[in-house]
Amino acid sequence: MSTANRAPAIEGWFTLDAERPHLLGLRCANCGTYFFPRQVSFCRNPDCSGTEFEDVELSRTGRIWSYTNACYEPPEPFVAPKPFEPFAIAAVELEREKMIVLGQVVAGIGVEALEVGMPMELVLETLYREGDTEKLIWKWKPVESSR
Amino acid sequence: MSGDVVVLGVGMHPWGKWGRNFVEYGVHAARAALADAGVGWRDVQYVSGAATMRCGYPGYVAGATFAQALGWQGAEVNTSYAACASGSQALAAARAKILSGQCEVALVVGADTTPKGFLAPAKGYRPEDPDWVRFHIGITNPTYFALYARRRMDLYGATEQDFAAVKVKNAAHGAENPNARYRKRFTADEVFASAMVADPLRLLHVCATSDGGAAIVISSTEYARRRTKNPVRIAAISTVTPRFASGEVEMPDIATDSAAATQAHSFRTSIAAKAYEEAALGPEDVSVAEVYDLASPMELDWCEYLGLCKPGEAEQLLRSGATQISGRIPVNPSGGLACFGEAVPAQALAQVCELTWQLRGQGGARQVEGARVGITANQGLFGHGSSVILRR
Repeated sequence: MSTANRAPAIEGWFTLDAERPHLLGLRCANCGTYFFPRQVSFCRNPDCSGTEFEDVELSRTGRIWSYTNACYEPPEPFVAPKPFEPFAIAAVELEREKMIVLGQVVAGIGVEALEVGMPMELVLETLYREGDTEKLIWKWKPVESSR
Repeated sequence: MSGDVVVLGVGMHPWGKWGRNFVEYGVHAARAALADAGVGWRDVQYVSGAATMRCGYPGYVAGATFAQALGWQGAEVNTSYAACASGSQALAAARAKILSGQCEVALVVGADTTPKGFLAPAKGYRPEDPDWVRFHIGITNPTYFALYARRRMDLYGATEQDFAAVKVKNAAHGAENPNARYRKRFTADEVFASAMVADPLRLLHVCATSDGGAAIVISSTEYARRRTKNPVRIAAISTVTPRFASGEVEMPDIATDSAAATQAHSFRTSIAAKAYEEAALGPEDVSVAEVYDLASPMELDWCEYLGLCKPGEAEQLLRSGATQISGRIPVNPSGGLACFGEAVPAQALAQVCELTWQLRGQGGARQVEGARVGITANQGLFGHGSSVILRR
């Protein structure tokens, strides 16, 4: 990452740790259910009446549940770099949280390099630039040793 | 259930990109359904509209909008919104009114006028709205359909040939449907020649958005007895919500529920299960199905969710020819969304219209021989889905 200003494209959804970033979730103090994004005031488990939550960093590795790509430029509020470059998208299953989280795959990795079950890790990349600020987003990247 | 209600009449305005007011399509369909039923507009006691979100205030109060356009005559009114399941919810409201004895005959209407291109959310910085977030990071509707399709390929050995075969089949069905927007037959090569949208989905796999209208007149069995000897009945309407933890990646969410403290459930399986239970029927009783092929490969998923075959066997079912009109269990004889394009509040009703024609033997060149039981399935955003079972 350069010396440009770095700011999250979406506030409060992930840590800005350049090496080992995490998605930020909540965990119900009563039943242990995880929530991402963090938008819960009452536990959504129908058998739990929990109202207290712990801040948690979600697992930053998981396995591909499925994957695809975006060959066409998505509509607003997507902010596309010009010219538009197709990007891959992965749905990654987190083992501890038993939850599947979507995200773009890092630049330079296409669908031909992906398969269901492949280990992935969370990294940060620029979603778009605003002035001299790089707006960061989480992305999935194949774990080096698996490739 | 305590009793059946009868489908007395059905009608549609052809799907297309007509660019006119949605009310016009709804009234056209309503008049057709009333004529088909042999019921006068003044005899209708309850009007149930499926709302549209893209046509301003008249769309939010669709039931009243259609009632006014047909001419205020004092009927009670309802409007339902449930994304793609709106039509089924409007139908369920009318059915409940009849089953509770509060009215005898009701009119259900859904119609829409849609803009061109991707359906996109409202603008601004709105991270509390999952629909805004996913578009912001570049995740569109075809992304989700493609994730399901790719999973079939990696898990079950589905091929691009299979996905093309669904499109080719449905295009052949829809070519015979005067209400369909697209009536062109396609070859697999033409599907392969269309642009990749979201790997493995190509342009010809993904359904368009359309204008259209559909309407249904339903009544009590007592009321129907004076009008028809061999009625089509509504045996079940399922509009269940998901069960926590919903384990499938669902539009517009960025993440599934966490099943860390409980079991993961399949929403789409439960939609059909409730319908079968209510109808006291099973997949083996079904003679024809209309399912939501937002993208062609999703028809394969639905064959499994409806129990028409086991998980992982839908490709085999397709390859055997069973899902063609001439096959053992025809799927989407109307041509499905591939030939219609989605007119959201009308679509679930259009599925019921098609099954009604099939069960009456009025399918013309699309007729499924000896159809006695039909099932619909659809699903939309924010935990909405529906399944309707009709029977002779």
